[in-house]
Amino acid sequence: MNRPDPPAQDQSSTEMLNAIPQPGAAEPQGIASPTPTLPEAPTDRGRRVTVKDLNAYYGKIHAVKDVSLSFEPNKATAIIGPSGCGKSTTVRCINRMHEEIPDAYARGTITLDDQDICAADVDVVSVRRAIGMVFQKPNPFPTMSIFDNVAAGLRLTGTKSANLHDRVEGALRRAGLWNEVKDRLKAAGIGLSGGQQQRLCIARTIAVEPEVILMDEPASALDPKATLKIEELVDTLKERYTIVIVTHNMQQAARVADYTAFMLGEGGPGSLVEYGETDKMFTNPHDTRTEQYISGKFG
Amino acid sequence: MSALGPISTRRRLTDKTARTVVLIGAAIALIPLVLVLFYVLKRGLGAFLNVDFFTQDPSGRFLGNPGGIRSAILGTIEIVGLATIIAIPIGIGLALYLVEFGKNSLFARVVRYFVDVLSGVPSIVFGLFIYITLVVSGAISGFAGWKGSIALSLLMLPIVTRASEVVLNLVPNELREAALALGSPRWRVVARVVLPSALPGLVTGSLLAIARAAGETAPLLFTVLGAKALTLNLGDQMNSLPLQIFNDVREAQDRLVDRAWASALTLILMILILNVAARFVSRRNRFA
Repeated sequence: MNRPDPPAQDQSSTEMLNAIPQPGAAEPQGIASPTPTLPEAPTDRGRRVTVKDLNAYYGKIHAVKDVSLSFEPNKATAIIGPSGCGKSTTVRCINRMHEEIPDAYARGTITLDDQDICAADVDVVSVRRAIGMVFQKPNPFPTMSIFDNVAAGLRLTGTKSANLHDRVEGALRRAGLWNEVKDRLKAAGIGLSGGQQQRLCIARTIAVEPEVILMDEPASALDPKATLKIEELVDTLKERYTIVIVTHNMQQAARVADYTAFMLGEGGPGSLVEYGETDKMFTNPHDTRTEQYISGKFG
Repeated sequence: MSALGPISTRRRLTDKTARTVVLIGAAIALIPLVLVLFYVLKRGLGAFLNVDFFTQDPSGRFLGNPGGIRSAILGTIEIVGLATIIAIPIGIGLALYLVEFGKNSLFARVVRYFVDVLSGVPSIVFGLFIYITLVVSGAISGFAGWKGSIALSLLMLPIVTRASEVVLNLVPNELREAALALGSPRWRVVARVVLPSALPGLVTGSLLAIARAAGETAPLLFTVLGAKALTLNLGDQMNSLPLQIFNDVREAQDRLVDRAWASALTLILMILILNVAARFVSRRNRFA
């Protein structure tokens, strides 16, 4: 087999993009189809992430098999599926957090616009600054105050910021938390309620000004009221960023996401079953398994 | 549906027996501690009333004023202080390597094994090792305070490393993940997130090591030998509290034996003060 071409060349990138399933396709197909043109994004933030033939392993265990999909700029894409189908693993490969687990590795191509993020000469730190992540369980730093938590992203990445206070305030405003904490910025970060802590983590993530935000079941540990706040937040955030949200709650996907990807494990490695616009997929899915999952027959 | 009734007699008896046994065990464990403290206080407190005890050096005179233990106190502070400066950064650094970078690699497992071996080495062996390599060999022969520090730091190293490794492993992985996902280089994650979170535990481990080192006599016998006069130069032979106790307790005169007890009490109090001070400092760094 030939070695794959270096992704920096324009030719191969276009071919790769054309081979990715576009919204509406049921299965990944090898037929080249032109990339649909999307309206210009309102800001220059939010870039497209393209995943091609992703295979992820934990040692000998094959967790994710041949997943190919794209995440459209300034849109929210949900990944749904039953537990253990590889949703979180897929998403963790996108910001290369998968590598942090000993014996874990991934094969395949992931590009941010046209740049291959898994290339050997790409600094993983710069990838993570462009692609941020919010975790399932809120994890503010326990030794830091609310202000320091939001500023942590800037300090940990070594960004010297003259207007640190402004940036922290901006991030807290965009996360919808400013009014609740503006009087107690020096209080401990872990003293907030669960929902507030998660919004604090979101503020921390957006303070670094990423382009893509990955959310791994961000509201699953929260009560319904806090969940609603997070969902409203996703709606406002997607104007500035590209959002990928993993959720096992189908109604949440229906409420929040523009596109949805359905993954299934079936006892073996997880793979992509269907990917399309959320409305179409929920009302008229192509695959019978998708239809069964959505109508609650399993999962 | 079963009837709700009172606790059966057999269960009540078992419960009482177990509680009593555990309580007796705890009491037995506490007895030696209480006895030691009581005895040291009883025999040593008397010498504290004389301020000369702290301001004079032991005179070594058979008759007349036996002097105090000033040189011993300062010697202990210096020798243990230098050992601390050597052992704690290396020990914590080693623990950081084992937890953050080496994890389960072959090299890390080998290192861990050798650290465990080192923690089982009797303290007199460290003294002998330094004696052979630094005291009776060629260019730098002779007894000196700093050689004692090196012997003590060898003693402290496995204690600090093992305690630190346990504490660093307790830092939840989700904190590391959060920092890494923000785009932080690994060393910053360790310095700004992991170490501050683990700080109280690291302090405890270090204090344990210092307390252990401060009381060791055998390594100092072979490396520092001892002195009576006050010297602040670590290149000289120095006095130190364990050495002072060792010498005084074998004397025939009662007042010198009493001085040994008082030295022991001083050592205990010094470590207590260090303990309290370190906890105070580390508590101010964290939120309650």
